[in-house]
Amino acid sequence: MLEIKNLHATVGGKGILKGLDLKVGAGEVHAIMGPNGSGKSTLSYVLSGRDGYDVTEGEVLYQGKNLLDMEPEARAGAGVFLAFQYPVEIPGVPNTTFLREAVNAVRKFRGEPTLDPMAFLKLLRIKIKELGITDDLIKRAVNVGFSGGEKKRNEILQMALLDPALAILDETDSGLDIDALKTVADGVNALRAPDRSVLVITHYQRLLDYIVPDHVHVLAHGRIVRSGGKELAQELEKTGYAAFTGQAA
Amino acid sequence: MAAHVDTVEQVRTVADQKYKYGFVTDIEADTAPKGLSEDIVRFISQKKNEPEWLLEWRLKAYRHWLTMPEPEWAHVAFPPLDYQDAYYYSAPKSKTDGPKSLDEVDPELLKTYEKLGIPLKEQEMLAGVAVDAVFDSVSVATTFKGKLEEQGIIFCPISEAVQNHPELVRKYLGSVVPAADNKHACLNSAVFTDGSFVYIPKGVRCPMELSTYFRINAANTGQFERTLIIADAGSHVSYLEGCTAPMRDENQLHAAVVELVALDDAEIKYSTVQNWYPGDENGVGGIYNFVTKRGACRGRNSKISWTQVETGSAITWKYPSCILQGDNSVGEFYSVAITNNMQQADTGTKMIHLGKNTRSRIVSKGISAGRSQQTYRGLVKVSTKASGARNHTQCDSLLIGDRCGAHTVPYIESRNRSAIVEHEATTSKISEDQLFYCRQRGISQEDAVALVVNGFCREVLQQLPMEFAVEAQKLVGISLEGSVG
Ligand SMILES: Nc1ncnc2c1ncn2[C@@H]1O[C@H](COP(=O)(O)OP(=O)(O)OP(=O)(O)O)[C@@H](O)[C@H]1O
Ligand SMILES: [Mg+2]
Repeated sequence: MLEIKNLHATVGGKGILKGLDLKVGAGEVHAIMGPNGSGKSTLSYVLSGRDGYDVTEGEVLYQGKNLLDMEPEARAGAGVFLAFQYPVEIPGVPNTTFLREAVNAVRKFRGEPTLDPMAFLKLLRIKIKELGITDDLIKRAVNVGFSGGEKKRNEILQMALLDPALAILDETDSGLDIDALKTVADGVNALRAPDRSVLVITHYQRLLDYIVPDHVHVLAHGRIVRSGGKELAQELEKTGYAAFTGQAA
Repeated sequence: MAAHVDTVEQVRTVADQKYKYGFVTDIEADTAPKGLSEDIVRFISQKKNEPEWLLEWRLKAYRHWLTMPEPEWAHVAFPPLDYQDAYYYSAPKSKTDGPKSLDEVDPELLKTYEKLGIPLKEQEMLAGVAVDAVFDSVSVATTFKGKLEEQGIIFCPISEAVQNHPELVRKYLGSVVPAADNKHACLNSAVFTDGSFVYIPKGVRCPMELSTYFRINAANTGQFERTLIIADAGSHVSYLEGCTAPMRDENQLHAAVVELVALDDAEIKYSTVQNWYPGDENGVGGIYNFVTKRGACRGRNSKISWTQVETGSAITWKYPSCILQGDNSVGEFYSVAITNNMQQADTGTKMIHLGKNTRSRIVSKGISAGRSQQTYRGLVKVSTKASGARNHTQCDSLLIGDRCGAHTVPYIESRNRSAIVEHEATTSKISEDQLFYCRQRGISQEDAVALVVNGFCREVLQQLPMEFAVEAQKLVGISLEGSVG
């Protein structure tokens, strides 16, 4: 599904990723943990193609294609989805409108017919019910005035609607109450399938109780410094990152 | 060229005879020669078979125009206009001069029609394709006309109103925008050739947007349009001017005048979508749109609301205003102005509070892209007698790219202590975060810009009549094509 080889990336001229290797097979869930500022979000932006995140070395293959050559929207069309650590507010644009544009844009990439407003609304109603999202939230402007937890739920709603092949969740669990955490986990678990992969970036073992990862990686100083099974997350919970940060410094 | 020479002769004859014997009635020429003179003014007036008082009115305007300096305070730059190098009268082109089918129409134009979702029949009409007389819209228009007449509503070309309702025209023409108001309005007064006239009788609520009908005629909007709308006591009308489809015209200078009069408890809602040819990326060609629009809330509790979406023209110079004379009258101005490439726009409004407890609201959204320059210029004036007057102004500018400019120039003159005048202004750049967020969801860069900008303008676009709002939203996207990346 995804193969990252010796990835080096800079942000604002500053080296953040320094030789990152990661392989995510189809159907797998990988968790990435690591200290603040270690480059987790940077990795997610590089994968989704954000301007200003410059790759200086290495390559990324996604479904056998060179991901780094693709425009952000083409990546989304090819099934790469990023749940943002900080979802963005778009004043004046009703959430429904935004969601419909996104769904139809992605459908176009896939060669599927676009949905008219009525058909889309039908789909939307089903999804928001599953995710326990209120009507009010889809009528309001995108993320404007949403609480932290509501924004995260809205990300999961988008994920559910866009049906990605590779979902990257950047700290989607931060700021969620227990119920919301379960909803998010349910959303992700519902997506689990042999042809789909998930990259979960998190600081907390708790989320991984619900979304059980196949692999856990520690990202420090711009590299994967350790990989293991789900028990690695438990270990980190106890020991913290001191061992890795010291070692890699 | 021969035709023009003939016309020169003709005009000279007209002028000469005027001094000796009065007007000759039979003039066959279709185009007056280039240039502006008293003779041309007389020629136009005679062509329109106008009464003496109107000719005198025009001539007075013309003579005053000669003495007036060009307005220079606006933040726009262009070479001096050569008034002698333009035509001031040409009869409406006959259908047979137009393209025979859509195949003969500029493909760029057709592309835009396509994007706007304009039906084929209407595309033909807008592009000036010769369509036969049984064409749907003609009968539709006639049906509408009948319906309006039943209620005593007058809706016709102003030249027709001059013939059929001279008392109304004479009473109100120039009563809101005096002929000598400013150089452009003055020129219009001297040489206007056509425009619309609306009169809504007492207590009548106009049963339809005066828009569908107008759009049918939109292809013939002229260079010096003159519009006069009168809403008698307790009446209500919503009028829609313009067209989302791009409009091309060989005439560079457009100087329209619109006058609105609302009597007691009357309400006029005037919406404009202006999409004249803006010129190319380098600013070559394009219309100079120098418009004077003003509404008088003469009656108590009257209301005038302007909504404008300005995306076209090389230069826009326009300040739809309200004179709030009647007590408790209300003025509103909702504006979206988009400039791209080399376009320049200096636009805004004037709210003149004269009556007691008058209220005004201004919402202006300016979007500048490319190398364009845009200015919001607004005056809120409260006279000594306007106790309890209130104004709220919200003025937001959005910049796309870093080569454009946005300027906000609010003037506030309050002479009454009980008045409350509030002004809020923001300027921001289009957010990379927002655009990336959209693109991560599969939405293309251009669609993302359109979406974000439409969100920014929402408050204003919501004011447009429903059927037009959808097209206007698309227009926002089309106007900004190529502005990012
Ligand atoms: N635009 C930028 N300009 C300069 N430095 C940046 C920029 N964006 C990120 N950085 C720096 O890059 C480093 C990695 O940031 P990143 O957001 O990837 O960390 P993270 O691992 O996601 O941290 P957290 O756990 O706090 O979310 C940080 O030191 C951050 O300050
Ligand atoms: Mg982060």
